Amino acid sequence: MLILTCPYCGVSGEETEFHGGGEAHLKRFGPGASEADFESYLFHRENPKGVHFERWRHVNGCGKWFIAARDTATLQVFGTYPAQTTEPPQEIRDKITAARPGWRWRDFA
Amino acid sequence: MSETVTALGGAHYAGYATITEQPARGMITLRGNLAEVAVKNAATGVAGVDMPDLRECHIVDQRGIAWMSPDELLVMVPHPEVASAVSTIQQTLSGLHSLVVDVSDARALFRIEGSGAREVLAKLCPVDLSPAAFGPGQIRRTRLGHVSAAFWMVDDSAFELVCFRSVAQYAFDLLKTAAEPGGEVGVF
Ligand SMILES: [Zn+2]
Repeated sequence: MLILTCPYCGVSGEETEFHGGGEAHLKRFGPGASEADFESYLFHRENPKGVHFERWRHVNGCGKWFIAARDTATLQVFGTYPAQTTEPPQEIRDKITAARPGWRWRDFA
Repeated sequence: MSETVTALGGAHYAGYATITEQPARGMITLRGNLAEVAVKNAATGVAGVDMPDLRECHIVDQRGIAWMSPDELLVMVPHPEVASAVSTIQQTLSGLHSLVVDVSDARALFRIEGSGAREVLAKLCPVDLSPAAFGPGQIRRTRLGHVSAAFWMVDDSAFELVCFRSVAQYAFDLLKTAAEPGGEVGVF
């Protein structure tokens, strides 16, 4: 079972109280971008077995969007943080490093 | 003035907890910066209870304030007062970035009461409902079966639960089934 803690209301809820919103920290490419960048923004996603960053919404609770860092294979959650965060906070990276030394995800490590 | 009709006409079921749809209650969604003094004053002014903190619900009879999210309160008043309460809040908050809406008709309100009340909700919601984890003064927004709901305790053995009016029958049937005699688990 995946248990997530909403960073807004503090509820630690079971997965079905939330709704997954796909990969986090996507860089947006819009008008004026190259076709390759736009295609990548729309379609190219990580599919890791291990450390992953995802957007989640506390849909049956406070309604807020947040980001969860977790392991897709073990469901270990390294931490959650507000959606208004452009890259993983250092504290979260340190927790991942402690559990998964040498981890890498896109440009983050 | 048209007659106020609740979703289920006061439906009632007595199982090992009793489930009763409550009469209409004035409910106002208030969104804004909850740290703002004017927002606190606007809510407490019409509700007459203290401002709730994170995941708290203060309620006395028909009046109360529930903390819904970091920028949202549910303000409750007796149903006949809701229109005047909305305009009082709007006046208090004039010029301040905020939203005040009468949502009384959007909701259904149930009371779940009796020694089996905790267990009935625990069967339907992914929430720790042991007395140590949840008690009067708190609110929990969560999933009730397949729909969103929120509940709080008015005393040690009674909950009030709100859901959208459009799913009132579903919510009542769920609660009723969970409260059927013979279905006792006896965990609490
Ligand atoms: Zn939340």
